[in-house]
Formats: sequence, structure tokens, C-alpha cells
Amino acid sequence: MIGALLLLVAQTLRISTPLALAGCGGALSERSGVVNIALEGLLLAGAFGYVVGAHAAAQAMGIGGQEASLGVHLAIAGAGIAGALVAGALLSGLHALVTLRFRADHVVTGVAINLLAAGLTKFLLKLVFGSSSNSGWVFGLPRVPGLRGMPTIGSAFGDPLVWVAIAAAVLTHVALFRSVWGLRVRAVGEHPAAAEAAGIAVRPLRASAVIASGLLAALGGAWLAADQHQFTEGMSAGRGYLALAAVIFGKWRPVAIGVACLLFAFADGLQIQLQGTDFPVPQGLLQVLPHVLALALLAGFVGKATPPAALGKHHP
Amino acid sequence: MSARTRAFLLESIAAPLASVAFALVAGGVLILIAGKNPLSVYALLFGETLGSAYGIGQMLAKATPLALTGLSVAVCFRAGLFNVGAEGQMTIGGLCAAMAGLAFPHAPAWVLLPLGLAAAAAGGAATASLAGWLKSTRGVHEVITTLMTNFIAAAIAGELMGRLAVAATVRTETLPEAAWLPRLADLLAGVGLSGLAAGVRASPANAALFLAIASAVGIAFFLQRTRAGFELRVAGASPAAAATAGVEVARTTRLAFLIGGALAGLAGTSYVLGHKHHYETGFAAGAGFVGIAVALLGRNHPGGVLLAALLFGTLAHGGLVVNAEVSSEIVTVLQALVILFLIGSLPAFQALARRRPA
Repeated sequence: MIGALLLLVAQTLRISTPLALAGCGGALSERSGVVNIALEGLLLAGAFGYVVGAHAAAQAMGIGGQEASLGVHLAIAGAGIAGALVAGALLSGLHALVTLRFRADHVVTGVAINLLAAGLTKFLLKLVFGSSSNSGWVFGLPRVPGLRGMPTIGSAFGDPLVWVAIAAAVLTHVALFRSVWGLRVRAVGEHPAAAEAAGIAVRPLRASAVIASGLLAALGGAWLAADQHQFTEGMSAGRGYLALAAVIFGKWRPVAIGVACLLFAFADGLQIQLQGTDFPVPQGLLQVLPHVLALALLAGFVGKATPPAALGKHHP
Repeated sequence: MSARTRAFLLESIAAPLASVAFALVAGGVLILIAGKNPLSVYALLFGETLGSAYGIGQMLAKATPLALTGLSVAVCFRAGLFNVGAEGQMTIGGLCAAMAGLAFPHAPAWVLLPLGLAAAAAGGAATASLAGWLKSTRGVHEVITTLMTNFIAAAIAGELMGRLAVAATVRTETLPEAAWLPRLADLLAGVGLSGLAAGVRASPANAALFLAIASAVGIAFFLQRTRAGFELRVAGASPAAAATAGVEVARTTRLAFLIGGALAGLAGTSYVLGHKHHYETGFAAGAGFVGIAVALLGRNHPGGVLLAALLFGTLAHGGLVVNAEVSSEIVTVLQALVILFLIGSLPAFQALARRRPA
């Protein structure tokens, strides 16, 4: 019983990692006034960037197998993370360009970016790895030393990105509510005209928030790829949309978003544990427990959530 | 030239054409990166698709569901709503059509075919209505709802297929012949065009094509000539003005999703009732999402949607033709680029249209 509970805690933390990273990114972007449906595509791009970076580094260092010294492993994982960040920056930069410079509708742009990410990753996958469905094996992230031996829980706390996700929720909160940049981000998200009158350049600031969201979400994608040791087509599997629901449910507050992500992750972990038991709900339906939960929570609570006043609106 | 004609030419003709051209150029760069000649890839893509009756039949078969999902998204757009759930609505629609056919194996065609179509429309409408209901009563943003229902619809369909599927497959039994939509080839042969019929015989084009055209005409009539359609457009153009004028926006929201869902549900019939005559898991294959691109490129106008569906149908079949040269995913990339270029350039074209001609 204790073992199953600990496993569920570990699962919840692990599953919440990409959600929380994307959710924190969503908070930054939306607090600045730019709707970010593109979190889904950013996760996918981040995962792809990780695999390409890690693959390229392993090739460059002549590592063919699945064994490497810690230093080499760190270098490969670092290259993977760098690849993810570049992919996230490029895609969110495009999002910022189309919504801010060319004044396109934020939601439609986000959906198009997701479509682009889905198509482009498969297209490039075939170029780089010769298959349209999955990449070859790549190195994951090295485990946090000292924690890898811990039973059950070690699978979560030994994972460096789990720590990064926890830190991201706190740091995003600090950045938004305790820094000058964050104050300005919130100002352009609430009342861009007033912010501009106070001497803030609205579009560059919004672009910085959108690109920051791309970097965070791409880290979440890197976790997906590192965890699976490969990229598979469509591996974001709706996590970006769940993260977006968490942003709304968490009322655009990073720590609350983190908690909402834990909740969705708990639902997902729970359904994984319930698979194969005699729980009286069909297994196929159990799989979408997080999505049903997200819908139910939003239907029950959304009336109390007030988005940033200028969310989705263009500034002249 | 009147200001209206000028605006139409710039916003509805020039902007879409320019976006398609830009997307083809950007896609060409990708093809170059893949080490192929973009011109020969495009020549193959368009030549193989539009150069023969068979290719055109394939293109029409691919365009049919896209026209219906495009109409679905367009109706919702006109009501100021973004339906990202056509994929799930189409899935449930297709499944309902199949279940209706399988439920009455001995019914005559004049009962079973309309029943299948009605089941598809009802299934899609019911799926979409969740979004309409949550939006109008609880204020939940329809984009979140429709995205979530895509996953939930897939899960429900998967669960039902656990019981319906033929052992070791992901498809249902073949439907009774009375539920089938006639093939385009048979219809052409029926009106004496046997030459054309022979050409499209091997393609999956079927009578769902006429369903799509009739739907477009019906939607155009509804939007332009009925009170409910007018209210829907007013609510979309300005919810505040609509409310002031006595239009109940909650009602237009529910109506838009009801109609949009029915159209997306019907999109499932082309494959299920017209082509394969069974439901298969994953048959929608992204047509619901491409419908967004179709609606945008068609400027949310039924006629425009039909034309845009022809283009994306050409790309969809052409992508398979060029798959040996470059990944067929180039088509998904082109679709995304068309949307991005269009919504990115439209404000500029609109500004140009507003400027007084010299």
C-alpha cells in the first residue's frame, strides 16, 4: 500500500514536469497579453530539439553505443537541452512575430504553430533519422547524484528536470511579481496604453515574454524526449493543452498553475495505476481522466477566473 | 471600382492567393533543404493529382471531408467562435454512422442511408454541443473545451471499438450495402458519362461530395437569408451590439456549435459510408484540424470553403504522390504556413482596402 502510494507520488511529480514547465511559460506569455495555445507545439519542438542536439553531440564525439562517461553524458544532455531551447526560441519567436508584428489573431496563430510543429518535426525526423514516426535512441539526462539509489521516489527526485520544474514555478512567480520586468509584463498585459505612456515599449516586452514561454515549454518537451530516450511523432499528446487549462485554472499565477499541473498529473498517475485493476470504469475512458478533470474544473470554477485585461488584444 | 469590390478583391482573392504562393515558396525552401528540386516535386504533386481523371477523383475524395470540416469551422467562426474540435466531432459522427448501419442489417436503402447520415450529423452535433453548452452557461472558453473533447471523443470511440471491432483489427464489420453512399463513378455512369466514370472508377470519390456542396449552399442560404443566420453573424461581429439589439448570444453560441458539429459529423460519412464502408480507428487523420486552414483560406464563406477544400484536397493527395521524394508531411507544413501567411498578411490587405483609391 505504502509502496503503491509512493509510486503514485513519484509518478505525479514526473508527469507534472512537462505540464508545469509549459504552464509556467503560458503564465508569462498570457500575463503579457499574448494567448499561447502554441504550448502544445512548443513541447513537441522542444522534444525534437533535444533529440537532434543529443544525437548530433553523440555523433560528434563518436559515441555509438548507450554507454558514456559522466562527463560525456553531461555534454550530450547539455547539447540536447540547448537544441530544445533553440527550437523553443525559434517557434515562439515566430509566434511573437505573427501575433505582434503582423497583428494576427493569437488563438489562430497558436493553432497554426501547433500544426507547423507537428508537420515540421515529422518532416525533419525523416531527414535526420530516416523515419517519420520516431528517432533513434538518444541519451537521457544524467541522474541527480545521491538520489538515484532512493527506492521508488528516486525515479522522480533523481530527475534533474523535476527539480527544474519546481524551481521554474517559484522563479516564474518571483519574476512576475518581484522583478521590474515582471511588473512591466503584467502592466502591458493589463493596460498596454498606460504602460506605453509610462515609457514601456509594449511589443518588445511582449515578445520577450512569449520567447521566455517558448524556452520554458521547450524544456518540458526536452523532458519528454529525455525520459523516453527518443522522439516519437506527436509525443506531446495534448500536454500543452492541459497546461493551458492549468494556466486558466491557476488564474495565471505560477505557483497555483504548478499545483493545478500536479492535480492533472495525479489524475494521470492514478489512471495509469488503475489500468489492469477491476476498477469499474472502462480502461479506454480512464486514459482521458486528466482531460475530463480539466473540463470539470474549468466548468465549475472558471467564473471566478479573470484573465489579464488585454489578453488577446492588439496594441496599436 | 466600388469600395466593396475593391475590398473583396484584396481580402478574399489577393490575400488567399498570395498566402498560398508564399507557403509554396517557403515549402520549396524546405524541399531544397531535403536535397530535392522544389519545382519537380511541385510539378509531380500537382501534375499527378490534376492531370488525370483518376487523380481528380482522388483529389475530390480528399476534398470532401475537408469541405465539411471547413464549413463546420467557418460557421462557428462567423458566430465568433473557434471550433478546434471538428476532429473529435468527425470521429464520433463516423462512428455513429457505422453503428446505425450495423444496427439494422436488413433495412432498405431508403431507410438506412438517411439514417446513417442523420446519425453522423447527430453524433457530431452532440459532441460539439458540449462546447456550446459550457460556453453559454459556464463561460468556459470553447477552444479549451473543443480541444479536450477531441481527446475524450477519441477515448469514447476507442472504448466502443473495443466491443465493435473485428478481432485483431481496429475496424468494424463491413456495413450492409443499403447504408452505402453511391460511388461518383456509378453516378457519372448513371447520367451517361461513361468515359469520365471509367477514369474515376478506381478513386474513392463518392456521393458525399454532393453532400458537401449541398451543405455549402445550405449554409450560405442560412447565413445570408434567414433570421437565425443573421443573428449568428451579428453575434459574431459584435456580441455587445448583438445583445443590445436583442440577440441572445448564448442561443447563437449553442446554435453555431449544433450546426458546426453536424457538419463535422457528416464529414465522417465520406470515408465510412462512401469509401471503405466501415469505421476504422483514426480515420479522421487530422481532417478536423485541416478544416481550420480550409475555413480561414476560404475566408469563412461557403463558396470560398469549397474552393479551399479543393486546394487542400489536391495537396493531401499530392503529398502521398511525392512521398517517395520528400516526406508527405510537407503538406502539413504547407497547410500551417498558409494559415500563418494568411492571418499575418490579412491586416495589411484590409488596411490597403480601406485606403481611398488615388
